[in-house]
Amino acid sequence: MTGKDLISTAKNTWCPGCGNFAIQHALKDVLMSMETEGFPLENIVIVTGIGQHGKTFDFMNLNGFYSLHGRTIPVATGIRLANPDLKVICLTGDGDSYAEGLDHLIFGAKRNLDITVLVHDNRVYGLTTGQYTPTSPYGYRGRSTPGGVKEHPFNPLELMLSSGAGFIARGYTHKRDQLKRLIREALVHKGFSFIDILQICATYNDMSKYYDARIFDWDETDDGDHEAAYRKAREWDYNNDARIGLGVMYRHESPSFEDGYPVPPPLSPAERSAWVRKIMDERA
Amino acid sequence: MAEREVSVLIGGRAGDGISSAGQIIARLLAQGGYQVHMYFDYPSLIKGGHNFAIIRAAEKSVGAVREQVDFILALNQETITLHRQRLGGHGVVIYDTGTVKMAEGIGIAVKDILAAEDAPPVMGNSAMIGAFIRAAGLSWDTAALVLKKSMPKGTEKNLTIARRGYDASEEHRQVTATGKPVLPVLTGNEAIGIGLVEAGLEMYFSYPMSPTSNILHFLAGYADDLHIRVIQPESEIAVILMALGCSYAGTRAAVGTSGGGFCLMTESLSLAGIAELPVLVILGQRAGPSTGLATYSAQSDLHFALHAGHGEFPRLVIAPADAGEARRWTRTALDLAWKYQVPAILLPDRIICEGLYSVEAGAGMRSGDGVVMAGPDTHPYLRYAPADSGISPLRFPPAKGEIIRVNSHVHDPDGITTEDPLVTQEMADKRMKKIDGLSRELEGINPVNTGGIEDAATALLCWGSTRGVCEELAEEKSLRCIQPVVLWPFPEKAFARAMAGVEQFYAVETNQTGQLVTLVSRFGYTPSGKILKYDGRPFMVGELEAALDRVIS
Repeated sequence: MTGKDLISTAKNTWCPGCGNFAIQHALKDVLMSMETEGFPLENIVIVTGIGQHGKTFDFMNLNGFYSLHGRTIPVATGIRLANPDLKVICLTGDGDSYAEGLDHLIFGAKRNLDITVLVHDNRVYGLTTGQYTPTSPYGYRGRSTPGGVKEHPFNPLELMLSSGAGFIARGYTHKRDQLKRLIREALVHKGFSFIDILQICATYNDMSKYYDARIFDWDETDDGDHEAAYRKAREWDYNNDARIGLGVMYRHESPSFEDGYPVPPPLSPAERSAWVRKIMDERA
Repeated sequence: MAEREVSVLIGGRAGDGISSAGQIIARLLAQGGYQVHMYFDYPSLIKGGHNFAIIRAAEKSVGAVREQVDFILALNQETITLHRQRLGGHGVVIYDTGTVKMAEGIGIAVKDILAAEDAPPVMGNSAMIGAFIRAAGLSWDTAALVLKKSMPKGTEKNLTIARRGYDASEEHRQVTATGKPVLPVLTGNEAIGIGLVEAGLEMYFSYPMSPTSNILHFLAGYADDLHIRVIQPESEIAVILMALGCSYAGTRAAVGTSGGGFCLMTESLSLAGIAELPVLVILGQRAGPSTGLATYSAQSDLHFALHAGHGEFPRLVIAPADAGEARRWTRTALDLAWKYQVPAILLPDRIICEGLYSVEAGAGMRSGDGVVMAGPDTHPYLRYAPADSGISPLRFPPAKGEIIRVNSHVHDPDGITTEDPLVTQEMADKRMKKIDGLSRELEGINPVNTGGIEDAATALLCWGSTRGVCEELAEEKSLRCIQPVVLWPFPEKAFARAMAGVEQFYAVETNQTGQLVTLVSRFGYTPSGKILKYDGRPFMVGELEAALDRVIS
């Protein structure tokens, strides 16, 4: 398969300059290189939520489950439990996974489900045309909050660290090479891997200049240090004007949820009938 | 000669083990070839409050209890106060002399027995059961076998205590064996669990909620033996979505809940509809609206089950009437969900879920042919390929050289999102076409039960657990009893056959509005009257008989 083959013929409807292109192509490049190394791409399943990010489902030639708003992770859980040979990548948005489906995100991390979650965090609702999201800064003037939003954003990295995620990273759509590396490392990580991707929204929330002025690369030599990770997570709280660290913030492998629920060999109909007879005898 | 039957009430505080004791009494009576039914009544509490169970055993099939009982086993004074009036003329009270001060009958000094055996209070019920065995004139040897099976923990001590209760008791009546075969006794929840296993279930997902939590417990308890996996996710939303993820990857899953949890599932039910992902939802009805009466029953979610989820899509809705029917139709429902790639809803009520019933031990029924799979040579594989039947053959990832897409949006045959008007309509037609084959198949497997006097001109119309009491009274009063098991797609032909020659019919339902009446009225059937009850409790035999006498001249 070539890179071209991974992009479907479905008509692309993202705005010119949309950060989704960067994420889609970074993912494509990573998968291409994995295929070259022998990973069968038919074992990849992408699960998407609803939002501009979700269109990636249509725009790529990959197995996919186009789910509901906020609802990628439970679907991914079912797929992983059914067949742990499938590598599942959840593509979600900030409205998707930080608002409507926040509980699933926390539980995915808590369980250490062996999936990769890429959050297309443009900090605004694009598909519904410009309302604030859980990561929009205080005072953000969206179409539903013309006077400015009156709540503070929460910090997804800190939240994921508290929830038990084993791989936590932050990427930025203007740093393509780094983003590719992060996606690749997330896919290789055994257990729950999470990347908050700062994605510019060309139409409703173009923060390119803001980000470009503040980003720096984290020192990743201490990425196994939980306390250091908290310090990194708290430096920029998605609201203050602090420096914005990028890279792998925390990395720690532990047994995954699926390890506790291996797929058992199926019982034959005769064995099932024998069990039913045993129960009936016990209840007689 | 009148048919032999016996009814037993056991009552005490929540936490006294009334349900377990009731189950043992039911099994003891079943040893005589009786068919049994137990109604268990308990408030939504762990400790305190009044619990009671009524066990009725009869020579014929029984799915309802009577107001009058022959034995009262009182673990506390409140049981006497609340239920004394239920005791028939020849009945007897067996009571614990330590907790019941004002009673006549057979007093058992449970505390002394426990002290003599150095046993914990929890074993007190064994003494009372032993006393009942003697009072009912049951064979000790047969009863001891039931006790051994029913009490795998502390078996010997329990047996000794039961024997002491037996020795302290006296024979009051001989409940003689009928000579008929001994049938297994199951709760509806156990029967549903068995049906799931028989249908090849691989995974079960459920968030705890009465009245279906015991399916979760039952399957979790046997998960290792059965090679199935049982998971309790964070919410009912996650529950059904995990099942849909399984179904995309080719694993048979089912979910269990009640009305409140099903509310949370409806978004994904609609997803299952458009994405054509098979799933079976066990929707155990309890009294609503909202939290309602958490541990009591109602048949008030029929229209919710029929209409849940936005948009239009085919579905299967089945309401079994007892444990045996629950087992058979659970199996059929999961099979058909996979064959037609539709969501299926099994709609028992709390009376069935947590009640006990005698069931036939034999094999359950099985639907015709199975899942429609695409051959490995089909290329390119299209998940939503057009088909006359509306059923697009399935493949599961990974499939080399193929891409398998399922989509919550309107999509083309390849699963890619589209807004094209023609494709939109074609795909909607494809999905809805499946209802034709499903309807035909259901018409062939007795979707409507009839009982009572089959050619009577007056009929009782009922569904779910209400069938038990209706069928019994229909036989007694020479009426026809009609019970659709399949509620959607509505089995028009079978229902018309069942109604042939009926001049008037009365609907009996445990809800406020007559939900089955609303459904059948869409097909041109209008009842002469409705007998409705919506206090969370089932119709007892005498109560419905009196109501029928008022409306049927």
